[in-house]
Amino acid sequence: MSDETEKTGKTGEAPSRRAFLKGAALAGGAAMVPASVRAEPDPLITEVQPWAQFLGEGVDARPYGTPSPHEAHVRRRHVEWLTADPISSVNFTPLHELDGIITPNGLCFERHHAGIAEIDPGDYRLMINGLVDNPLVFTLQDLMRFPRENHVYFLECAANSGMEWRGAQLNGCQFTHGMVHNVMYTGVPLRLLLQEAGVQTSGAWVLPEGADASAMTRSVPLEKALDDCLVAFKMNGEMLRPEQGYPVRLVVPGWEGNMWVKWLRRIEIGDQPWHHREETSKYTDLFSDGRARRFTWEMDAKSVITNPSPQAPITHGPGPTVVTGLAWSGRGTIPRVDVSLDGGMNWVQARMSGPSLDKSLHRFYHEFDWDGRPLLLQSRAHDSTGYVQPTKDQLREVRGVNSIYHNNGIQTWAVDETGVTENVEVS
Amino acid sequence: MSKFRNFAAGIGGATALTLVLAVNFGDRFVTPLPDLPEREVVIAPAPVADAVMAANADTAAEGANFGLGRPALPEEVAAWDIDVRPDGLGLPEGRGDIFTGEELYIAQCASCHGDFGEAIDRWPVLAGGQGSLTDDRPTKTVGSYWPYLSTVWDYVNRAMPFGNAQSLSPDEVYAITAYILYLNDIVDDDFELSHENFAEVRLPNEENFYLDDRAEMELAAFSTEPCMENCKEAVEITARAAVIDVTPEESASEEAMAEAAPAEEMAAEEIVEATATEAAPAEEAASAGPDPELVAAGERAFRQCSACHQVGDGAVSRTGPHLNGVFGRTAGSLDGFRYSPAFTEAGEGGLVWDAESLHDFLMQPRDYISGTRMAFGGFRNDSDIDAVIAYLQSYSE
Repeated sequence: MSDETEKTGKTGEAPSRRAFLKGAALAGGAAMVPASVRAEPDPLITEVQPWAQFLGEGVDARPYGTPSPHEAHVRRRHVEWLTADPISSVNFTPLHELDGIITPNGLCFERHHAGIAEIDPGDYRLMINGLVDNPLVFTLQDLMRFPRENHVYFLECAANSGMEWRGAQLNGCQFTHGMVHNVMYTGVPLRLLLQEAGVQTSGAWVLPEGADASAMTRSVPLEKALDDCLVAFKMNGEMLRPEQGYPVRLVVPGWEGNMWVKWLRRIEIGDQPWHHREETSKYTDLFSDGRARRFTWEMDAKSVITNPSPQAPITHGPGPTVVTGLAWSGRGTIPRVDVSLDGGMNWVQARMSGPSLDKSLHRFYHEFDWDGRPLLLQSRAHDSTGYVQPTKDQLREVRGVNSIYHNNGIQTWAVDETGVTENVEVS
Repeated sequence: MSKFRNFAAGIGGATALTLVLAVNFGDRFVTPLPDLPEREVVIAPAPVADAVMAANADTAAEGANFGLGRPALPEEVAAWDIDVRPDGLGLPEGRGDIFTGEELYIAQCASCHGDFGEAIDRWPVLAGGQGSLTDDRPTKTVGSYWPYLSTVWDYVNRAMPFGNAQSLSPDEVYAITAYILYLNDIVDDDFELSHENFAEVRLPNEENFYLDDRAEMELAAFSTEPCMENCKEAVEITARAAVIDVTPEESASEEAMAEAAPAEEMAAEEIVEATATEAAPAEEAASAGPDPELVAAGERAFRQCSACHQVGDGAVSRTGPHLNGVFGRTAGSLDGFRYSPAFTEAGEGGLVWDAESLHDFLMQPRDYISGTRMAFGGFRNDSDIDAVIAYLQSYSE
């Protein structure tokens, strides 16, 4: 093996994230040289590389596959100052590292109120009680004998972008928009379980309850429970991850993530809502007049450009450039997204790509020839009801700045001449 | 509760609207379920299902179905159905006064929520804030914001104290709830809360909640065809995240940070002391130390402690003191940590932490040191205690 090969072999190994960004910015600064010009032949091509010469690991070396070590920087992250303690806290999906519409299971953001409950599936029980003819207990095996359905749904925390009400604060779409994920759920329609127990005519509300140490509860109207809620045990084909409610969670399509009770152990039917902690002291939207909206369940249409974004600057200099992002609505699909390069003065329709599923993330692209001038990137989602994502100022006009939840205002990223990207707000 | 009934009727209207929307664009990609009779045919031939259905004959006769699951026993329903509603439905019999509540609160709640409900660090504030909801920085507490007292009773009962949920008796929950009312100046110090007078207590902010009105207030306004060209004359940047600089390290571009001016007021207010929390892995334990397997088991069991205590590289005192070097330490002796008087006294009386004293303490903390602020009620078995002791020992040299 030549010295040259030895050297490239080493430098090819997982560079640190910081070094990568530094290199990227340099490349951006010196970017007027066309990529096609090269004085010396590329040793990566002219010399036999170790992976092309020697044998690799066999089939059983990675019985449950994990990402390449070069992707070690692709991970959930949390913001330490947000909460008192990581046990009752949140981390964020690295949206800027992902493409398509499906979130890999290990990257789905986490929100726990008393840490992750560790439950042996053999010890799992689901009870249905309250205003039913037959209070029932199901094992996991019982649930798996009901007819199943598969659906792709986004789950967004009501507090996603909640730190941005007073202005641009966090520098990265992972932190501003990363409390959302999108997976395919396999589960039993909740209505089948409710039919099994026989809901009495006075029943109007259901109370799903978690088995974790916060015993999470939310009041869900019976209409929604009978409509499209799922009692899910699989995500993206495999069993739920422990941090997503293993072995069973509730899926409440299009509605705020807090209602998707994890480690689901009980569903009670009642004739009134319960007004528990997470629907009174939390997850209510305080307005500037001192009054508060409650039961704001549906997630309004929203979008964000994931690349470029502060954690994923433009590193290739001027020329062909791809802008991409995600859009979603709790009220349907996203037939259209507009993109602006100049802070909202002019807009063009983005290209939608991939499946357009009800209450699922949608992927959009806008390809353009960047001339190297600063950009103010924005995206604007239109949902299938005709709702158009508002600006942050439009939202503040109605709601003030203290409502914490349901901030779906248009996000702006400022890209400078070198490609460095920052979270900003514009007039 | 007639007011409440009207409110519930309002909800029915709102959800009916939701349902209409869902029907309009739902299900385009849904695999339709077969009708019920078909499903029964699918299930019926299985002998196991037959047996279950026979045992559940009533259910099957009523047209529900698959015959899966088994009847929930009354004792099981009673064990899990602990929820309480604003009208008092679900409250068990019991009572508690302010005096009892204060004792319990100081022992079980004050380490996070503060002696007067003012909260330590970023744990929830429970008292005060009345009249602040229209302020620039509202303080949302039981007294200033929460609409119903039942929510307090229910949450304390189901989830508190943090890390030892469902360990309080009904009388204790009544007493703590009464004390939280007292901290909010809603009752006098001779008040006793019980299942009998519970529904009479109203929280001051109940009237200030209203149902989601986005359908009227926002949806139409935000559903107009937007401008596409020359929509504004000029655009200026009005706020920059880099100026505030509260993004976690290693995530934003350094170059963007280099441009940042000194942090402004907003950042200073938002940031609460940031300290490294990643505990070092157990493998780093001293080689002559305890059994590595036991240490690993201890690391798992220590999760029950980690809401309040840190141990390992960079561990600092939070709600509880950090536990680096706890072996051989005199009880209540860590500089700068505010121990309960009982703990300080125990240290002055010569209590030094070793395997034996830690074992007895972790078995029944409040029996061992009466008056400790540690809310944890004790491990349920010896093996967890031994493992945690081994784990702590691995960080004590």
